[in-house]
Amino acid sequence: MRTIEQTTSEVLDLATRHFNVVPGSLAPADDFFKKLGIDSLQALELLSRLENHFGIELPDYEVQGVSDFRTLAERIQSRL
Amino acid sequence: MLDLFKYQSIGAALRDALTTFAAEVCMIEADRDREREHLTYKDFQSRAHPLASALEEAGFVEGDRASIIMTNQSKWLISAYAVFFSGGVLVPLDYKLTPAEHWQLLKHSEAKVLVTEYPIWRQLASASERASVENVKLVLVTEAPANADLVGAQCWEDFRGAAEPTFVPRERKDVACIVYSSGTGGRPKGCMMTHENYLEQCVALTSLYPFWPGVRYLSILPTNHAIDFMVGFFGPLTCGACVVHLRTLRPEFVREAFPKYKITYVSLVPLVLKNLQKGLQARFDELPAGKRKVFNFLVNVNKAFTKSQPRLGLSRKLLGQVHAGFGGELRAIIVGGAFTEPQTLQFFYDLGIPVANGYGLTEAGTAITVNDLHPFRADTVGKPLPGMEVKIMNPADDGVGEVWVHGKTVMAGYLNDPEQTAEVFSDGWLKTGDLGRFDATGHLMLSGRKKNMIVTEEGKNIYPEDIETVFESLPVKEFCVFAANYVWPKRSMVGEQLILALHLENGQTYTDALRNEVIVRNNRLLNYKRLHGVVLLDEDFPRTASLKIKRNILAERLAQLERSSAILPL
Repeated sequence: MRTIEQTTSEVLDLATRHFNVVPGSLAPADDFFKKLGIDSLQALELLSRLENHFGIELPDYEVQGVSDFRTLAERIQSRL
Repeated sequence: MLDLFKYQSIGAALRDALTTFAAEVCMIEADRDREREHLTYKDFQSRAHPLASALEEAGFVEGDRASIIMTNQSKWLISAYAVFFSGGVLVPLDYKLTPAEHWQLLKHSEAKVLVTEYPIWRQLASASERASVENVKLVLVTEAPANADLVGAQCWEDFRGAAEPTFVPRERKDVACIVYSSGTGGRPKGCMMTHENYLEQCVALTSLYPFWPGVRYLSILPTNHAIDFMVGFFGPLTCGACVVHLRTLRPEFVREAFPKYKITYVSLVPLVLKNLQKGLQARFDELPAGKRKVFNFLVNVNKAFTKSQPRLGLSRKLLGQVHAGFGGELRAIIVGGAFTEPQTLQFFYDLGIPVANGYGLTEAGTAITVNDLHPFRADTVGKPLPGMEVKIMNPADDGVGEVWVHGKTVMAGYLNDPEQTAEVFSDGWLKTGDLGRFDATGHLMLSGRKKNMIVTEEGKNIYPEDIETVFESLPVKEFCVFAANYVWPKRSMVGEQLILALHLENGQTYTDALRNEVIVRNNRLLNYKRLHGVVLLDEDFPRTASLKIKRNILAERLAQLERSSAILPL
């Protein structure tokens, strides 16, 4: 079982690769819309990547209103 | 299609539709690869009537208001039908609002009943604002886990009456829905839409974009939105068509839904349409040079043959692979909620996929103008719908003036707000606050906004006053939020931004700490509501006797500053 720190770190790694940003430039508290300059659709794409990576299904309502990596990781953690 | 001219209410029309089209497929609800529901019109009736019966047993009577806060799904439509059947007034709310905003609008609308989904209710029930809302007497929650504590709510699935419900007739002039065009944080604008508004709009729209049994509409735009309410609920159901809901709106599942369900129509906001365009363009760019050449040739042939009108059969043959990706049965993409850039519209039309763009606002029903595709004009928002009168007030030399609208689809007014109602009406004409002109062929061309608001590409209307609460107690003398294009008028419908006008205390400077404070508060707003920058003004804001900021005068003062240097980006 992963810890929340591990989950958060994997979320950051995956976002870094998916959006091709400089490794180490994303932090848990970052607002991913703002930091990555993405829209809600691109955020949904990231969500699908995360689901595949963690092998979970995350209903859309679970991530409604979530905009930072830490909260996103918490929502994922609760379903692991 | 039912002859809607002979009906007095939405409820009566839908009631007859359920028996007229009893054996047709009414709704399909999918969640990823699983199909959750596959209902005929008869099935729909057998789900909805016990709900209506239970509502009536619970004391829900003619004119009572019931709100729905749900994602797009079959129970949304079933619940709405039950409300109309029982003579109620529907208050459809955007499920994406915050719990505080939901409670505010529930209070303002005086809703007696709330129908919502379990995850939404979990948040609503624990919000502190719930305590101040006494009008909501009955809460029905869908899909609650077994043994879940519903904190005062009842399980939607168990809320069923045994007796046959009594149909409650309503008149055309009665209010059918209260639809909020804004009103979170500021002054709610609850548009009172009548039964006539919907009946007339449905006839006008389906004359251009018809539905019939076998048509499948993919419902993605939130059903509380005027467009999906019409083309994803009332329109298809009164024509015997089928509505397809997806519980997971990830791009890959949406893409799969087109071929899987052989979709006929879909409504999208401009942002999603642009995203689709980007995806398709990337795939075209990847084609090997030879294939690319052939493809471009076929697109050009299609363009030549569809210049005066769409030819779906021909386009599907010429560009079969593209159309197969959309299921091969797509007749049009309806785009709305915000302004769509002409080049995006043209991109799809050139592929033989007509995009039904138009222009509308909640206050005027679903649409005021729609592109009738004869011929397709990407540079306009189409012609007025049948029955809709549109005029340009006080046009300047270039013909541009404010768009005013009159017709049977225009709202009755704002709920409990005669002052705001009086502001937007003049002799029965609705003043839209948008600027535009007609071209020689009667097509409307929009060119900007006169009012202090913006519309995002995702179709969200943002009124600056609605987001000011986030900045309350900011350590400055005074502040005010504006749409930048309202302060510095710009002939543009895209790239709109919000700005925060700040008047600092005597001797105070705009430090990094203050900027950071603004950023922190800005980040509390949903991403599409966030400010773009700050404008400093070193003078007292003009105010009324009751100390309210005179926004129009303040905007004039700000306008004296040079836009590009005045806005300090956040």
